[in-house]
Amino acid sequence: MPKDQGIGASSKRREDVRFLTGRGVYTDDLSLHGQTHAVFVRSTVAHGRIKAIDTAAAAAMPGVLAVFTGEDFKDMGGNPAGWLINSRNGEPMREPKRPVLAHGKVRHVGDAYAAVVAETFQQAKDAAQQLADDSDIEELPAIVDMAAALADSSNRVHDEIPDNQCFDWGWIEDNRAAVDAAIKAAPHVTTLELVNNRLVPNAMEPRASIGEYFPGTGDYKLTTTSQNPHLHRLLIAAFVMGMPENKLTVVAPDVGGGFGSKIYHYGEEAVVLAAAKKLARPVRWTAERSESFLSDAHGRDHVTKIELACEKDGTFIAFRTETMANVGAYLSNFSTATPTFLHGTLMAGPYKVPNVYVNVKTVFTNTAPVDAYRGAGRPEATFSLERVIDKMCRELGLDPFEVRRKNLLTKDMFPYTTPVGLAYDTGDYHATLDKAMAMADVAGFEARRAESAKKGKLRGMGLSTWIEACGIAPSNLVGVLGSRVGLYDAATVRVNATGNISVMTGAHSHGQGHETVFAQIVAEKLGVPEASVEIVHGDTSKIPFGMGSYGSRSLAVCGSAMNRAVDKIIAKGKKIAAHMLEAAEDDITFENGNFSVAGTDKAKSFGEIAFSAYVPHNYPLETLEPGLEETAFYDPANFTYPAGAYICEVEVDPDTGKVDVAAFYCADDFGNVMNPMIVEGQVHGGVGQGIGQALCENTSYDESGQLLSGSYMDYAMPRADDVPFYNVDYSCQTPCTHNPLGVKGCGEAGAIGSPPAVVNAVIDALHRGGHTHVTHIDMPVSPSRVWSAING
Amino acid sequence: MELKDQRDINASPEIVWAAILDPEVLKACVPGCESMTGSPEEGYEAVVVQKVGPVKAKFTGVVTLSDIVEGREVTITGEGKGGPAGFAKGGAKVTLTPEGDGTRLSYDVDAKVGGKLAQLGSRIIDGFAKKMADQFFARFQEAVEGPPEPDGTELDGSDQPKKGWFKRVLGG
Repeated sequence: MPKDQGIGASSKRREDVRFLTGRGVYTDDLSLHGQTHAVFVRSTVAHGRIKAIDTAAAAAMPGVLAVFTGEDFKDMGGNPAGWLINSRNGEPMREPKRPVLAHGKVRHVGDAYAAVVAETFQQAKDAAQQLADDSDIEELPAIVDMAAALADSSNRVHDEIPDNQCFDWGWIEDNRAAVDAAIKAAPHVTTLELVNNRLVPNAMEPRASIGEYFPGTGDYKLTTTSQNPHLHRLLIAAFVMGMPENKLTVVAPDVGGGFGSKIYHYGEEAVVLAAAKKLARPVRWTAERSESFLSDAHGRDHVTKIELACEKDGTFIAFRTETMANVGAYLSNFSTATPTFLHGTLMAGPYKVPNVYVNVKTVFTNTAPVDAYRGAGRPEATFSLERVIDKMCRELGLDPFEVRRKNLLTKDMFPYTTPVGLAYDTGDYHATLDKAMAMADVAGFEARRAESAKKGKLRGMGLSTWIEACGIAPSNLVGVLGSRVGLYDAATVRVNATGNISVMTGAHSHGQGHETVFAQIVAEKLGVPEASVEIVHGDTSKIPFGMGSYGSRSLAVCGSAMNRAVDKIIAKGKKIAAHMLEAAEDDITFENGNFSVAGTDKAKSFGEIAFSAYVPHNYPLETLEPGLEETAFYDPANFTYPAGAYICEVEVDPDTGKVDVAAFYCADDFGNVMNPMIVEGQVHGGVGQGIGQALCENTSYDESGQLLSGSYMDYAMPRADDVPFYNVDYSCQTPCTHNPLGVKGCGEAGAIGSPPAVVNAVIDALHRGGHTHVTHIDMPVSPSRVWSAING
Repeated sequence: MELKDQRDINASPEIVWAAILDPEVLKACVPGCESMTGSPEEGYEAVVVQKVGPVKAKFTGVVTLSDIVEGREVTITGEGKGGPAGFAKGGAKVTLTPEGDGTRLSYDVDAKVGGKLAQLGSRIIDGFAKKMADQFFARFQEAVEGPPEPDGTELDGSDQPKKGWFKRVLGG
């Protein structure tokens, strides 16, 4: 009998009631007295020198209240990269200043270099166009191709960075000689060159910000689309605008998706705050969809060569990769961590492989900044590994299932330290592989293939055995690795006098279902109905502190902080109960919402204890503070390591090259599962995004740096008929060993594990159809690419 | 995008060359051209209205002639700003060679768009540019030669082939 509430129940997502009935309140829904409208002037060239901006005509237009250019912000701080990476030679990365508004040069199409604030949106829009017309920007040759950017110091994105390289990172440099020697001596080496395609995040809600300034107190307030309001506050207050943190409140109300793109601080946020102060009126801005395409931090964009050295029987000996990772025109906040510590550290996969070496060169180009996008580095690692393994199996005539089985770490090997610096705490990768194979009825594939063949379709099956590191992250470890912040989280549990509970979490929910799941956990632990627990997030003035939601960390890190705060509530409740029941504290047990004296029928309910804490007439006031509110911070001891096996079946139409995903099977190990329905939903969404990357989505810049896929006419998002009904299993559970809930995180898994399963399936279909000359097709595996590969 | 093509024009290279340098001819031949002023030496200022897929815009810009080899070669370069639509720019290298009694006009066009035109119209920009070039040179041919004869009969009863307006102006 499934539970109907608490941990493990598929409680309905309470937030969906307002989301599905149009009652959510997003930033753009707010309407403030006296509000004004900002519109940004964005570069139409990829690379240009700003020679002059004549603001006079725009400033004189009807309704215009203020005009800003980069000149107005040139003395403010830069928007920093959150992670300092050193090159192989020990030199620190090159970190050019990222100004609030472009100053001196514009560096990508969409780079904002001026802004207009006016009484109405239309007035601001008209004046912004006037300002664009009155801007003299000398177009410079665009730097778009990464290899060319590295090779040519005569043309520079940032004048002070000669070869357009941010850093040249080796991981782990001490492994290099051994890896080189192992590959040289190996009986077989498979090499694969591939592109991990650039993606636009496409959150349903575009970025938006409202700046307010209160002259009476000198306080600022920013309402914005943020995955992490405290991180925004820190970046804006301490790094960019130079104000005390306690004079800035950041509120992120309902946020319609982020996928990483709303982790980061963007210049528009500082502009609306500065403008609000100048005008002493609220200043609002909501991105148009075109602006989202041009200026949200994009994802992926790696060009990789990977080599797999193995025995003739498929036993892995070594992996070696060389990657160029595009960071775009400026370093976004996580952009240096994504291709390094979220990518290189995963390059051993879930496998027994003694030798791994990863080289990553990050390159500045005249394109939008690139940063973490659902999965962030781990999809790139997984795709490289799973594709090269698949290619090796074909070269050696080996069964991909058996090769995985032979090389996967076995469950008796944990804890296991990889050659690329991670310590996997627990797992059972054979269990998820077996589960996925059973779900997918691998043995019955040949019959299904024959059925497809009758329709003229080529059917193929692809496998991906993936692992990721999430639950980001142990602060002391990331500090050693270059992070400029800690990655703990915090929660406050406030029991009100009447027994209901408010929980303030540092994690921010922008679609994940925290309001439901976090309430389930608190309700379970305190023995109260879920409905009496309210989750409060997204407001720096209400919540203690938090690093926000990304990297599948909310439950593992913030959930653990919340769990710890609940434990403190229970501990204090026992003290109160001991006093009220005239018993020793050690004799008090707490179960099903009741504090009891062990071995007796003497008990006080949770509600009675809460009431007593706030009406302390019979209360140990001399030793115990009244009230029942506890805060806990939690810093994880390690990353968590979800893993799983994904099997995809596709049908390829050899006449058109069209790929249809016929079936998709996911066997995941997320550790303990708090809400199965939400976990399934997270996997569905992640796999949908992975199929989108594999089959549909591509961000295309031409050689002059113009974004060619700047709307939904040219940027193909996956639609309902592009994805199959998913088969998701999470029954293989090896609970995380180092957090109290035993959870690992499920938010990114689908986007990490699925792209190689899809592409492997397409290659398999083509080979079974006799097109054995096709060894690889870059994503998106579009009909034209498949047709060209078949007929090429 | 790049495109190359050629047309045989039933007029001498001298006449074709003179037509290319005539701003009235350019104005009449550029599709959507609302105004064009200037001279071959100083360049022209032009206003062109065009619709590229979903984006309609009025482009204001300059057209310059360069790399002139008298009577044989010229490069026509244009750059127009289309306000919110972004910008378009391009060049056509035009070469004239005698071909019998007429002239073979070869052109080599390189066109680029930027801003919203690129973001929204890139799918159709190649076809659009080809259409623009085809229209331009078709109109040019017509201006020099006269309209194509639908059935080969001369409506005015003259034995002379019908002249294009440019030839008529020249009195040739």
